[in-house]
Amino acid sequence: MFSAMLGEAWQAMGANRLRTFLTMLGMVIGVGSVVLMMAVGQGAEESVKQSINAMGSNLFIVLSGSSTSGGARSGSGNASTLTVNDANAIGELDGVGNVAPISMGNAQVVFGGNNWSTSIMGTTATYLDIRAWDLDDGYVFSDSDMRSATRVALIGKTVVENIFGDINPIGKTIRIKQNPFVVLGVLKDKGQSLDGRDQDDTIIIPLTTAQRKILGNQFAGSVRQIMVQAVSPEAMTMVEQNINGLLKQRHNIREGADNDFNVRNLTAVANSAAETTRTMSLLLGAIASVSLLVGGIGIMNIMLVSVTERTREIGIRMAIGAREGDILLQFLLEAIVISVIGCLIGLFIGITGAMLVNKLTQAAVVISGYSVMIAFAVAASVGIFFGFYPARKAARMNPIEALRYQ
Amino acid sequence: MAQSLVLVQDLHKDYQTAAGAITVLKQVNFSMDAGDFVAIMGPSGSGKSTFMNILGCLDKPTSGHYALNGHPIAELDGNALAKIRNQTIGFVFQGFNLLSRASLLDNVALPLVYSGVSKSERQERAKVLLEKVGLGKYINSLPNQISGGQQQRVAIARALVNRPQLILADEPTGNLDSVTSEEIMALFSALNAEGISIILVTHESDIAEHASRQVRFLDGRIVQDTRSRTMENVTEAGVLN
Ligand SMILES: Nc1ncnc2c1ncn2[C@@H]1O[C@H](COP(=O)(O)OP(=O)(O)O)[C@@H](O)[C@H]1O
Ligand SMILES: [Mg+2]
Repeated sequence: MFSAMLGEAWQAMGANRLRTFLTMLGMVIGVGSVVLMMAVGQGAEESVKQSINAMGSNLFIVLSGSSTSGGARSGSGNASTLTVNDANAIGELDGVGNVAPISMGNAQVVFGGNNWSTSIMGTTATYLDIRAWDLDDGYVFSDSDMRSATRVALIGKTVVENIFGDINPIGKTIRIKQNPFVVLGVLKDKGQSLDGRDQDDTIIIPLTTAQRKILGNQFAGSVRQIMVQAVSPEAMTMVEQNINGLLKQRHNIREGADNDFNVRNLTAVANSAAETTRTMSLLLGAIASVSLLVGGIGIMNIMLVSVTERTREIGIRMAIGAREGDILLQFLLEAIVISVIGCLIGLFIGITGAMLVNKLTQAAVVISGYSVMIAFAVAASVGIFFGFYPARKAARMNPIEALRYQ
Repeated sequence: MAQSLVLVQDLHKDYQTAAGAITVLKQVNFSMDAGDFVAIMGPSGSGKSTFMNILGCLDKPTSGHYALNGHPIAELDGNALAKIRNQTIGFVFQGFNLLSRASLLDNVALPLVYSGVSKSERQERAKVLLEKVGLGKYINSLPNQISGGQQQRVAIARALVNRPQLILADEPTGNLDSVTSEEIMALFSALNAEGISIILVTHESDIAEHASRQVRFLDGRIVQDTRSRTMENVTEAGVLN
């Protein structure tokens, strides 16, 4: 009986192909846009999540210089008001795990006939632990390299590509600002940072070497930044307060005066970035859902027309023994078949579209089974919901009036 | 006394119209035994179709009693009425009322869909009946590909497919020429001879002669009810009014 009714639904749809197609189109566009938008939105979420994971967890960065931008003050991170001793003192605070002082600048790097301008970061091996940054090849500089300020370097993937090409860089000598450096290791791919910088376009050298030989025009021991990792997410608030208190005291900053340093909670920044993309992704989904709703209303509209057109048929069916439930099921099935087929086509188009977006813009897209299932369930419920009223209208018809309808 | 197949007592039917209520059936009393062949006659608008629709459980009387096989119809819900239309009664209409998109086979088999018969049995039974009404060659045709007389045969086959006790035919020959009408009436007579009870509405007395009993409606009342054993008597009754 059910299969007979499915067959009839199919037949009824075939009787007016153009109209069936147009009705379906509403569904196709609705489902297609939901799938596409969810894929793009989830893709954005996913890439933010990856950036956050690559960043490391529970992080603060302490920047030298004032946080206020007025007057002739230099911006954050420019003046070198922080010192290695500040970093060591922070390391003694409760709740603080790893601490890495950082000095940085830009320099020209040369290998053979190739040269490349990149960022040079002087820091300690701890920095790599904080960032959860492994090496692809080679090894990290040692404590004795730090003490004696040896000229050794860890180089990022982008730098390798630009000055080495296919040559294995390990053990080779490069020149940074004319100084020869031996390449100790190659850093693993880190990708983009949250603010869109290429994190692989960098060279990491021991802090001492950087201060004395490359960025050495500052007084000894000063650093631009200190990266601090709290032991747990719960400890972050306390650690932030303690760093502020400690540095105020060490830098002799009076009550009410401007700080000459600036503590930033990187994890909070990352979380708000994640929150923003989540909101955007939800918004996209919501907008797309509206088109699904419009598609559903289209189905209801056509089903109402169809019920009216087929009034006489309904009368005939009732006269030969169709129950109310049979008529209801018949029209409901028709609406569901239309929306489910529309949904399948929409899924196909949405997924194809998402892949196209990925190809053309390199934007990450994520097509999860979860979003496909949601789209399918929503489409089926749209069919049932918007098909129900017309179907009930058909089922409640008076057989005599239906038979007399011309 | 054997129980009547159809028993109607003091039946009234009102319609609400813009001009107020009109009474279409008044104090109708009627009974019919199984195996009978009744012709209902009367002028247009006298309430024949209304009466047939009530007998066929498509419509409900305003008041009065109607029992089929001794079961009062008024007590039944929609699904039970649908079951009666599906299994006890077969309807044949003036306008054939076939589904235009469905093949003749599917049209005839349709009532069986609503009684849950399997597909192979549906097709088998529909085929047998189409052969019986002489349309075995056309089972895959569509209704608009055959003549009116043939369409009415299909409609009769559809009415028969669930082996009903009673066929209700409302002017089944109204749209047909006299030769085709005779063929259709011969089919009804044959069915009656097989034991199926028939109530048939017609305007024409020569059509009514095929029945064993003639009932005449006028202004919503039965004004004449003649039973005749022989053709002569039937003819006599036919000219009485
Ligand atoms: N649904 C209806 N609403 C109002 N009046 C109706 C309706 N159906 C039938 N009638 C009226 O009832 C009367 C009897 O109709 P009907 O039973 O069809 O007569 P017949 O079949 O004998 O020609 C007619 O006057 C007709 O106009
Ligand atoms: Mg009539």
